[in-house]
Amino acid sequence: MAILEVKDMYKSFGKTEVLKGVGFTMERGEVISILGSSGSGKTTLLRCINFLERADKGRVIVDGNVIFDGSDTAKKSPSEIRKAQLNFGMVFQQFNLFPQYNVLENVVLAPKLLAKERPDFKKHKKEILAEIEEDARDVIDKVGLTEKLMNYPCELSGGQQQRVSIARALALNPKILFFDEPTSALDPELTGEILRVIRSLADKKITMVIVTHEIGFARNVSDRIIFMDKGVVAEEGSPEEVIDNPKNERTREFLKLIEQK
Amino acid sequence: MDALQQLFIGFGMNCLLFVLTLVMALPLGLIITFGTMTKIKPLKWVMKTFVWIIRGTPLMLQLFIVLYAPGILWHHPVSNRMGAALVAFVINYAAYFSEIFRGGIESIPKGQYEAGQVLGLTKTQVFFKIVLFQVIKRITPPMGNEVITLVKDTALARVISVAEILQNAYRYASKGIIWPLFASGLYFLAFTGVLSILLSFVEKKLDYYKG
Repeated sequence: MAILEVKDMYKSFGKTEVLKGVGFTMERGEVISILGSSGSGKTTLLRCINFLERADKGRVIVDGNVIFDGSDTAKKSPSEIRKAQLNFGMVFQQFNLFPQYNVLENVVLAPKLLAKERPDFKKHKKEILAEIEEDARDVIDKVGLTEKLMNYPCELSGGQQQRVSIARALALNPKILFFDEPTSALDPELTGEILRVIRSLADKKITMVIVTHEIGFARNVSDRIIFMDKGVVAEEGSPEEVIDNPKNERTREFLKLIEQK
Repeated sequence: MDALQQLFIGFGMNCLLFVLTLVMALPLGLIITFGTMTKIKPLKWVMKTFVWIIRGTPLMLQLFIVLYAPGILWHHPVSNRMGAALVAFVINYAAYFSEIFRGGIESIPKGQYEAGQVLGLTKTQVFFKIVLFQVIKRITPPMGNEVITLVKDTALARVISVAEILQNAYRYASKGIIWPLFASGLYFLAFTGVLSILLSFVEKKLDYYKG
């Protein structure tokens, strides 16, 4: 069964139609990269799937459960939305780390707050918190920042900050991890370390959707490429199909433009 | 040395007014902030108008109104002058504080809220665990300014005959004795001096991170 089905998503901001019926399906362990020029709706698509925006139409289905249905007129309660959101992890272009907390605190903040809602929290508080901290150290180790555990975001390079934000998302064990242009705010020499981390996650069969402009990396890491243009999926297929032998005119133009850069 | 004692007692009133105003105007200011930032349009405009009126008229005028309006309009004369001064100060300072809070809250990038949201935090948790501390750091300098102004503004309570330090010092001056006026100046200098040191200590404490 597909882990994620996105069907026929529509979204307008005022009179600007950004998504005009976008959909895709992905399997557990799959890595999908979404390519497309700025304004093609890639980021908006991610934001509509994880409830940072509300799509006008469409459906989002995780593991067979409909978590969003645009035709549903009943408004979801904040707690329902929160629960649905936790299916997804999100890594932002601008990292969005919490500046007042050190690396470890950034990673444990949400798991600790969520643990308070567990019925057995009061009884096993110490064990639960210790376990959360241990897990956090593990994910921080995975992104290679064990030496920076007690450092504050302002003391880290952009690449290190982005690795912390990946660890922070991983700490909640999301079913699917989204990346919204994870290297766009970084100097070119720092993008490599992020791409290596994402590569290692792909090797561990973590399900990921990556919005990116790094064509070479997308080809290398993805099982499937989605090329978006003007709010629709213009082309979709394996990296070889979409990047090496694009059929769509817009895909060809886009790839040519990127090559020239 | 009767005069020194008079000044000391008077300054006690200033300090009391200062502390009570601060303790009540800070939370009230935060409530007004939420009012001016709400999505409920009518409430928002009522609160914005309120802030405009309070900030747009002299504190001295507000003191007179709080003291005399209940008696003249509703036949409930206010006998507690200190109480009237406190009400006027709390309302006035809450309005100023609310604008500082609003500026602080609006300066926090949207990404901080979104990061909290995708991590499954509730709106309340996002505000108290993520946003509030960053707001406090950002507003400490303007708040410090406001707090120091408040120390000196307490002297305005004299216009509705609260027996604060200047009221007492003025009585001596009117008899031709000048030094109590200078002495009361020293009281204010000492108090604001201590506050300045305290504020820069707080700023240093909050300076462990940038951003």
